[in-house]
Amino acid sequence: MKPHLIQFTLNGEKVSLTVEPSDVLLDVLRGRLGIKSPKVGCDRGDCGTCTVLMDGKTVRSCLALAVEAHGADIVTLEGANSRKWTQKLQKKFHEKNAFQCGFCAPGVILSATELLEKDPNPTAHEIKEAIAGNLCRCTGYEPIVEAIEETVKGK
Amino acid sequence: MDLQKLITKPKKAARPEKTDDALVTVGKSVQRVDGWEKITGAAKYTDDTEFGPGLLYAALVESPHAHAKIISIDTSAAEKARGVVKVVTGRNFKHKFGLYMNDRYIFANDVVRFVGEQVAAVVATDPKAAMRAAELVKVEYQELPAVLDAVKAFEKDSPLVHPDLKSYTHVPWFFPKPGTNIAHWRKIRKGDLAGGFNKADLVLEDTYQVPRYAHCAIETHSAIGLYDASRRLTMWTSSQSPFTQRHVFAETLKAFGLSHKDVRVISTYIGGGFGGKAGVTMEIIAAALAIAVPGRPVKLLWSRAQEFYNTYQRLGCTAKIKMGVTKAGKITALDFKLHWDAGAYVEYGANVVNAAGLSASGPYKVDNLSIDSMCTYTNLPPCGAYRGFGYSEFLFGLESHITRMATELGIDPVKFRKLNAIQEGDTLPYGAHMNPTGIRQAIEKVEKEIRWGVKEKSKDPKKVIGKAQVCFWKSPAMPPNASSSAFLKFNEDGSLNILVSGMDMGQGLLTVMAQIASEVLSVPVTKIRVETPDTDRNPYEWQTVGSHVTWGCGNAVKRAALEARERIFDLVQRVHCLDKSTLYVENECVKCRTKPDFALRFSDFVINGIQADDYTFKGGPIMGSGVFMPEFASAISDPETGQGGHPNVHYTTGSAGIILEIDKETGKMKIKKVALAVDCGKAINPDLVKGQIVGGLLQGFATVLYEDMRYNEKGRLLNPNFSDYKIPTVMDMPDEVVPIIIEVAQPDGPYGARGVGEHTMIPCAPLIANAVADALGVRIKCMPVTKEKVALAVKAAKKN
Repeated sequence: MKPHLIQFTLNGEKVSLTVEPSDVLLDVLRGRLGIKSPKVGCDRGDCGTCTVLMDGKTVRSCLALAVEAHGADIVTLEGANSRKWTQKLQKKFHEKNAFQCGFCAPGVILSATELLEKDPNPTAHEIKEAIAGNLCRCTGYEPIVEAIEETVKGK
Repeated sequence: MDLQKLITKPKKAARPEKTDDALVTVGKSVQRVDGWEKITGAAKYTDDTEFGPGLLYAALVESPHAHAKIISIDTSAAEKARGVVKVVTGRNFKHKFGLYMNDRYIFANDVVRFVGEQVAAVVATDPKAAMRAAELVKVEYQELPAVLDAVKAFEKDSPLVHPDLKSYTHVPWFFPKPGTNIAHWRKIRKGDLAGGFNKADLVLEDTYQVPRYAHCAIETHSAIGLYDASRRLTMWTSSQSPFTQRHVFAETLKAFGLSHKDVRVISTYIGGGFGGKAGVTMEIIAAALAIAVPGRPVKLLWSRAQEFYNTYQRLGCTAKIKMGVTKAGKITALDFKLHWDAGAYVEYGANVVNAAGLSASGPYKVDNLSIDSMCTYTNLPPCGAYRGFGYSEFLFGLESHITRMATELGIDPVKFRKLNAIQEGDTLPYGAHMNPTGIRQAIEKVEKEIRWGVKEKSKDPKKVIGKAQVCFWKSPAMPPNASSSAFLKFNEDGSLNILVSGMDMGQGLLTVMAQIASEVLSVPVTKIRVETPDTDRNPYEWQTVGSHVTWGCGNAVKRAALEARERIFDLVQRVHCLDKSTLYVENECVKCRTKPDFALRFSDFVINGIQADDYTFKGGPIMGSGVFMPEFASAISDPETGQGGHPNVHYTTGSAGIILEIDKETGKMKIKKVALAVDCGKAINPDLVKGQIVGGLLQGFATVLYEDMRYNEKGRLLNPNFSDYKIPTVMDMPDEVVPIIIEVAQPDGPYGARGVGEHTMIPCAPLIANAVADALGVRIKCMPVTKEKVALAVKAAKKN
């Protein structure tokens, strides 16, 4: 199969590279573009640790082919660090020691960012729904949920 | 033996300890020192390390059989495939290895013993080429009869997993039985068992079963090895045990001319461990592959499936309990037989069996006691450390049994536990004496929190509410000479870098170490950086396991900080002629009790010294080092009775209670409230202790409510992924979790602290089983206690 030239915006910068049709977006981000915040956890869309924003929506980059990113706006935590809601969330997560090993953190933060950018006043249930696809084995989720709730309340 | 007398106190700690009220940093919920790194994506995990375009990738050839002889391996087609640099088999590596028992090869030699075992590896220029070529390796096998059940493996005519067991070397506290599948048999004999049963008014005997479980850290194992032209081996591994790995690499690969100084293990942040990243599993393969392709880094990254079937799993356990109790509720005798399924290699798992065997009485005073903890080889994947290290497994049976006996005698199960709870000074199963414990306070606080004794009704008529309360204990399982050490160095601005090799796998070790140093030296935590392990630069730590590093590594850090403080005082005494005993540190300054105006800022002298009256400088960089080894511990005891040694350094105890709502028709369970009280001696950082409680509970509840490893009749794991092996999502949180901290100081712990990491997971299984029995009158004796089992048990009970 022929390699494809793809172009997309990555964290605000235009990138252009040639990929195999079978290349997975996560592998291209990590292996070719030096973007390490999306992690490899299960390679089949179960764990959410590879979450990135594609045109403002969270996708599992282990389930997306690199060619699907062509023309898209891709944001990873490296790029989201400057977004308003991401920063508010991060402040709270830090304050509350919300993460332990931190491996799921980039994915969780992007899922929460997507939620709050869409709706700054979600219900407790909507908060849970938003991060239900991000597995965390350390925290029991409670401090993560509390941190998002407190971010919403502007505490 | 009196523990107090045996504790070695730091020689220089002449000054009195601060009282709890005087503590500035210890006991405060400060923010994690690794917090910002982790929430900005800046934190680097092993697989995030860049190695440039020369990096090679490895893929494995794995056994499709549970037990088979390798007749031949043909690598010729794979060697010719595009991108392949090297194909490696067991031919190249003939040395056995293991943590406590040398029973493994790097690649299977002659025989494969579980489905998924590594037979060969292909190293190639990209991962896809490596995987494609691995499929071209042809292996001819001759199948052998497999044994997949620990109780069957124990029988005389069972096929042998390791016929050469007699020749295996192991630690002196293991007792293998060559000619059988028994790799280790820990016996405890204490008091008069028959006499104890004679005194009992009620004797109950039953069997409880616990399957295998998987850790499911979200980061899988990864290892990168580089054997460079100067013949040094550098390994980047996601590990809880960098120094233990270095030792195993150096010993196993000695034939290649490596000594310990030539091996360097670097472990950055790890994405969860839970015991699964302790010891050595796949990392030794990466080390061997690095040797096979000198000069080029080679990466081995475990897939999620490999993470399930070829790291360590939690051991399966069949527990046979016979207990005698008087009418008044006093335990008179306990006969506990634990059959452990430890898998194909038990180099680590046999120590889980040992640990459980030493402590299977639970946190109770049992004068007449017999424990047989039997480690059995099977043709299933190898088992090893998992948060709880055998205690979750025996507690399921023991705490279920205790509630049953109390109920049958008409005694309140919580009262029963209070009556039998172990106290400081009581004799432990192996003859030594119990450390100070807050177990009674824990029981009482939890009892109040879950409104024990008050029957509750669900608002939904289809649902019922059950309650349960259990106790737990656990000791670090470690060799008697497991030690910790720390270096601490000041920087120009008075900030600190601390080097330890304890691993922060999320529990917050780095933060807690910073708090301990901060307390001694008055440097704020925000001015302290604690480094992740690198065996070249950081001093020795045995392993980060067994909930022992807050205690062990914490003691080392405290000693390092005290040493640095002594150097500061020595210098100030020498230059300023102030009596050392009048000096103290406060707000990053040295101050003097007799001279209130005197205050010398650390940043003025900790690197560049103090200028004397003659304009010369005295002093130089201030540093400290600290070492801790539990010098009172000993693992040697009578093999027939287990009496005589002091294998465990101390026990952390606690109690947990639950309010559980159950749907009578579907069996669906909802945790309305759970409270867990743990005696951590001193919570150095209460927020982090709370994190261990909340996280550990959910991990524990998952093992009892839905997690379950399923094997087919050929020994193949059927559910090695998160779709089929369910771990909790945010939707599975209990409605309310109440963490309770009890602080009865551990005399030899830093500021009184003892470990807490594992304990929060281990009471979960009997909590659910007992609450189900309380609500519905049905007893599930085989984990997991799924909604399906509950619904079927209710249905069966109705029929009868």
